[in-house]
Amino acid sequence: MNKTSRFSNFLNTVNGPFSIGRSAVFWVAFLIVTGYLYFFPRFASRYDVINLTYFMSWTFVAMGLSLIWGCGNILSFGQMAFVGIGGYVYGIIAINTLDAVGNTIPALLGGIIIPFLVAALLGYFVFYGRVSGVYVSIMTLVFTLVLETFMGQTAGDKWRVGKALLGGYNGMTNIPSINFGSTGLKGASLYYFVLTLMVVTYLLLRYLVNSKYGVGLVATGSNPDRTEVLGYNIRLIQLLAFAIAGGLAGLSGVLYVAWGHYITPSTMGLTNASLPVIWVAVGGRKSMLAAIISTIVLQYFTQYLAVTGSEFALIILGALLLIVVLYMPAGVIPTLANCIGKLGSKRRQEALSNSQSRRGVGA
Amino acid sequence: MRLGGLEELPGCQDSSRLGATDVQLFGEIFGAIYLYLDSMAFLFLSAVGLIIILGMMGITNLAHGEFMMLGAYTAVLATRAGLPFPISVVFASLMVGLFGMVLERLIIRRFYGNLLQSLVATWGISLIISQGMLVLMGPSLQTIRMPLGGITVAGKAYAAYRLLLAVIAIGLLIVMWYVFHRTKFGMRARGAMQNAEIAEAMGINTSRMYQFTFGIGSALAGFAGALYAPTTVLAPLYGASFLAPAFVTVVVSGGANVIQGALITSVLLGIIEGTSSRLYGTFIGRMALLAAAMVILRVLPTGISGYLETRGERAR
Repeated sequence: MNKTSRFSNFLNTVNGPFSIGRSAVFWVAFLIVTGYLYFFPRFASRYDVINLTYFMSWTFVAMGLSLIWGCGNILSFGQMAFVGIGGYVYGIIAINTLDAVGNTIPALLGGIIIPFLVAALLGYFVFYGRVSGVYVSIMTLVFTLVLETFMGQTAGDKWRVGKALLGGYNGMTNIPSINFGSTGLKGASLYYFVLTLMVVTYLLLRYLVNSKYGVGLVATGSNPDRTEVLGYNIRLIQLLAFAIAGGLAGLSGVLYVAWGHYITPSTMGLTNASLPVIWVAVGGRKSMLAAIISTIVLQYFTQYLAVTGSEFALIILGALLLIVVLYMPAGVIPTLANCIGKLGSKRRQEALSNSQSRRGVGA
Repeated sequence: MRLGGLEELPGCQDSSRLGATDVQLFGEIFGAIYLYLDSMAFLFLSAVGLIIILGMMGITNLAHGEFMMLGAYTAVLATRAGLPFPISVVFASLMVGLFGMVLERLIIRRFYGNLLQSLVATWGISLIISQGMLVLMGPSLQTIRMPLGGITVAGKAYAAYRLLLAVIAIGLLIVMWYVFHRTKFGMRARGAMQNAEIAEAMGINTSRMYQFTFGIGSALAGFAGALYAPTTVLAPLYGASFLAPAFVTVVVSGGANVIQGALITSVLLGIIEGTSSRLYGTFIGRMALLAAAMVILRVLPTGISGYLETRGERAR
């Protein structure tokens, strides 16, 4: 197979049947929005750029949750635990090695790989223990709560890893920016880094979901027993998806601490743990893009409410979650997309309904 | 995490100088029993409402902690308004039970047969309740004094109230067993849970059974919340401290035989938590709880009650 056909193969898979948004119109819109985002720092204020960087940092945990929940039907309440692990690991490694190594590449990798491994370990107990359905969700929730408690009691000099103090509920402070050798990424440079990561991750995840592995994951999500009988190793499939989601959550954690330079255990607390679930459920759990959009929009909305001094931000988010689950179980964005699709040509409408009835799942 | 336990009692560390070794031994044994009973009662009471709703209806109520918080707030406010504490506890359970029944009718009922969605919906409810309480009542509420004071055994002081909680847990267990296994309601409820269609054909109003069961589960959550209100600080996230142990108990117990499972699991986990917190402190006790849950689930994926049930079937 030559290079071009391999590349077109990749493109075909990215544009595979499990993704919402496969038309030419979609890709043109995608390019326009991405292009706009790349030019955004040219005309926007520094504050807006920094803000949007923060919002985009959280899209990775949302994409991970969309992968396991939307495709694999594994609802995890514990994604914030992996965000916390990623953040703390990045902090510990970066504080200790920045001077010696001169960059934070080991910290960046550690902040992704360690949560990936922890998620794999937790996933081993859960999936190979044949725990299923709601019990998985409960176990992940308990995991988060326990981890928060654990980090909360790490106050004092005793809890020190090299030069890094864990700091209990006061959190870990003075965490360095992401640094590739010259200076730390800040402002626009961090923005471009996060944006590029986000676009690349989105495309890679679309590839993953439409690959052979993704087919197995979606099948496992819709009917584990049948998939297993067909010869798929469903434990491994679920474990791997869970670990990938953990790694993505870790990446969110890394970007979050590199952005704000500190992290506290309440990142993993009960209230925070609900945020990824809200973003993904409200946006539409079966679409990565919906998860990205709703993460950014809902964060913007929450921040707007907080800035205007309203105490009701979380109540509104909770109510929004409830309303969506009650009346738009597929999520807001796919429901809207469906409406727009219906306005389009009849041919496209048929294709949509065909593809939906074929599997009922998309990414 | 839960406040209280042995370490907060002033006389706890002072070993009496009676000299007689058998008195000391008795004290040691009593201390251990106290600790284990406390652990077991805590696990049982905080999980029982959740287990009933999960085991009987298959719905996981993530707002369980918030129901407990509502119970605690109601009991404390009622006591401050002049009601005697025991009556406020009963009042609180009734109120939370009623609240649960209304919620079942309005929202929960739409999610039967869609468990993951029900999980998300109840989480939305929990967020609304806890944040609503924060807006309504502020970040904390002054609690009431722990009733009954202390008792001294072999020179060490213990909270009599915590012993009473253990007695209440045992009493509740007996009542629940009686209600679900010896009354007409219990039989109908279990029938509706085992096979809704056949129960319906036999003339049982399953939708009402579900509503009552959810009400009972909620009332028990409110009851537990109210009982533990005097032992800790009251805040809108009061329920969160019960959530991890309650869910661990539920997961380990499994949904097959509700009451038996709840009993065996809280005893087993109580021993694990009690022993490890006795040796290494409350925090390690909590971690041991999670570790034990992981290992037990790895070995018995349907939980303890599921394991017992399949064993029972094989024996037959």
